[in-house]
Amino acid sequence: MATSKPKVDAVIVGMGWTGAILAKELTDAGLHVVALERGADRDTQPDFAYPKVVDELEGSVHRRFLQSLAQETVTIRHALADTAVPYRQMGSFKPGAGVGGAGSHWSGCHFRPLPEDLRLRSNVEQRYGKGLIPADMTIQDFPVSYEELEPHLDLFEKICGTSGKAGVINGTVQEGGNPFEGSRASEYPLPPNPNYLGAELFYKAAREMGWHPYPIPASNASRSYVNPYGCQMGPCNACGFCSDYGCLNYSKASPNACILPVLRQRPNFELRPHSQVLRVDLDGSGGKATGVTYLDAQGREISQPADLVVLCAFSLYNVHLMLVSGIGTPYDPQSNTGTVGRNYSYQNLNRVVLFFDKDVHANPFIGIGGAGTTMDDLNGNQLDNGKLGFVGGGLVWARQPGAGPVRGINVPTGTPNWGSAWKQAVADNFRHSFYYEVQGACMSYRQHYLSLDPTYKDAFGRPLLRMTFDWHPNEIKASQFFVAQALKMSQVLNPLSMAGDAKKDGERYNITKYQSTHTCGGAIMGDDPKTSALNRYLQSWEVPNVFVIGANAFPQNNGYNPTGLVGGLAYWAATAIRERYLKAPGPLVDA
Amino acid sequence: MSDPLDKSPSLSRRSLFKGIGLLPLAVALPGCGEKDAPAGVGATAAPTEYKPAFFKPAEWDFVVAACDRLIPHDAVGPGAVESGVPEFLDRHMQTPYASGAIWYMQGPFLDAPAEFGYQGRLTLRDILRVGIGAIEAYCRKTFQGKGFAALEATQQEELLKAAEAGKLELEGISAKLFFSNLLAEVKNGYFADPHYGGNRGMGAWKMIGYPGMRADYLDWVEVRDQAYPLPPVDLSGKRG
Repeated sequence: MATSKPKVDAVIVGMGWTGAILAKELTDAGLHVVALERGADRDTQPDFAYPKVVDELEGSVHRRFLQSLAQETVTIRHALADTAVPYRQMGSFKPGAGVGGAGSHWSGCHFRPLPEDLRLRSNVEQRYGKGLIPADMTIQDFPVSYEELEPHLDLFEKICGTSGKAGVINGTVQEGGNPFEGSRASEYPLPPNPNYLGAELFYKAAREMGWHPYPIPASNASRSYVNPYGCQMGPCNACGFCSDYGCLNYSKASPNACILPVLRQRPNFELRPHSQVLRVDLDGSGGKATGVTYLDAQGREISQPADLVVLCAFSLYNVHLMLVSGIGTPYDPQSNTGTVGRNYSYQNLNRVVLFFDKDVHANPFIGIGGAGTTMDDLNGNQLDNGKLGFVGGGLVWARQPGAGPVRGINVPTGTPNWGSAWKQAVADNFRHSFYYEVQGACMSYRQHYLSLDPTYKDAFGRPLLRMTFDWHPNEIKASQFFVAQALKMSQVLNPLSMAGDAKKDGERYNITKYQSTHTCGGAIMGDDPKTSALNRYLQSWEVPNVFVIGANAFPQNNGYNPTGLVGGLAYWAATAIRERYLKAPGPLVDA
Repeated sequence: MSDPLDKSPSLSRRSLFKGIGLLPLAVALPGCGEKDAPAGVGATAAPTEYKPAFFKPAEWDFVVAACDRLIPHDAVGPGAVESGVPEFLDRHMQTPYASGAIWYMQGPFLDAPAEFGYQGRLTLRDILRVGIGAIEAYCRKTFQGKGFAALEATQQEELLKAAEAGKLELEGISAKLFFSNLLAEVKNGYFADPHYGGNRGMGAWKMIGYPGMRADYLDWVEVRDQAYPLPPVDLSGKRG
């Protein structure tokens, strides 16, 4: 029998970026907030302290800062007729656990969406008619505009000390930034980070292609910085341990460094780590949440009543919690009804590696997580999708988040995997190669969705979340186009050799190969309760005192990394809760 | 809101690095050119003094012999054996990681296409143990009672190549699965911090020019015309 805790105003599930943002905003509003985090508490000191944190075996093999799959994972299959099998070892995507969540082990790429990305379906139909969109493609417009989100995207950048160069401020194009971006109210809080070799050469190669290169906005502080909450960041020292690692230097923006220092002081905020939420509890009508039930560190079942429940777990687990709690109607791809699980999408990441002679010092051990160079000439309305025959844009970029030999050394195609020839190749190439990546959008489809697995269970006896996903010909075509462009661009730099990994016709989704943690959708925001689980304020249509914050809300994914938009949406939802919901709890949009 | 953090961490870290980084610069420069990459600490691939706790004697013989084939001692750099990789493997197999601590290990265990990765029931330590047992049995059956370690180097290489290509039929385990896990672990041991037992003297890092755990390169981000000058440091602060 569950022990019941005293009722609180709001309970937050998960203490990553969205949980920290919501906790800050709701405690600002005077609410008593309890945050439940399944993993351990973590802070820069001592958890990310040098030198222990820069241990490659611990970080990238034992995956100390990621979620263990032993307790919870997902199952995956390619198609409806297949039997899903568990994601047993970390590969394709890397959810986090512990305070900070994936926000402590991300790299730091911090993009805003393009205005046209947020109205994707209507924009594509307007440009090319309805014919370009395949019948099974279920893309939708976001139910919120870039202009509405701009102040929230702006605030999140200021919280993160994002280092970049604005391209358009109040409608005026700025030298050195992305001329195609949506208009911004202000410059980035910090200037760009310095360029490592690949990022510098990208400018030369991209300009020869007639493109408009610009610095990737990176939440890796290029200078000392104090954010609007009073949290201090130190300048990034290019240590090369970003992705998979917590930041040792208070340089990479994270909930731990940028928000939690404030929250931890607040008497109306209580953080309970090692608290595994099992379900959201609903009242007899099913239309109201009464709180959540969780297991504490000792495995005791605890009931935490609350007026407001905010799901801020990793996107996949937000959807899982909705499904196991009975919030909304599960999506059924056969009948095309229901909403929870609908429109799962991902990211279309591909890589081109360039190998150079020994006088070219690429030094891949140097790394500044999100920093580098990219361009938007093949993204958004710059790309002629009608001519190319696929939907969605993408980026080519130079990024160097830091490499070490345990994380892997790129060697030219044809090199043996072991023996003296392999040794010679790693010795010859480690310091003299770098890579460019192609990050493409990923559309949503009727047959790609999330549901509960009929067979496999987690350590708490709940069915695992089941992902049905594969590469659609649209994304394969896009991959081939973008990689070909990246190879053409790279040729300008005259490398000794190159290796590109464009998806081949008919290639299936491979869950063993890392290709970003940008799992999106499954509980999407929309204007129509028949085709979206959440309204435009990320509020459940069916259970209005439940808000679900995260990339789960994306109807499809664009070419950018999702974190900037996720943070912006979190502030957007928090503002709606503070300014409207708390005054009159109930649906913020009539169904 | 005042800053609740200690404002000095990055500063104090920087001072620490000045201590580590600047001192060895002068002494390090001569030995750090591309051509001078040292070829490891030992001249031979002699087995280590380490007494294995996980591997049984026959397994240990295989581990040492296989390490010697996978990363041999040569002019490029140290071999796996002299680097202590067998010791790394023995110690690593005793960690929670090797017992499947971060893998989802519940059944049913179904066959699935390669895109779905490992779907078996064996943990890493058992993949190695069962695999070594199977390849030893194969060797004794095929080579008149000889174990892997007693074979000629070329025979050992042929066997490992066959295992890698999935062309070796072993009893009870996929040779390819066994080989890929073995090789990944050997490379982990070769390149991980020396305190795990391998990468003795940071020889593998020196071979590829990896500065190890320095983790402070702001002053070198924009340097183009010369190789990074400092030798590696390890997690204990030792310089290579």
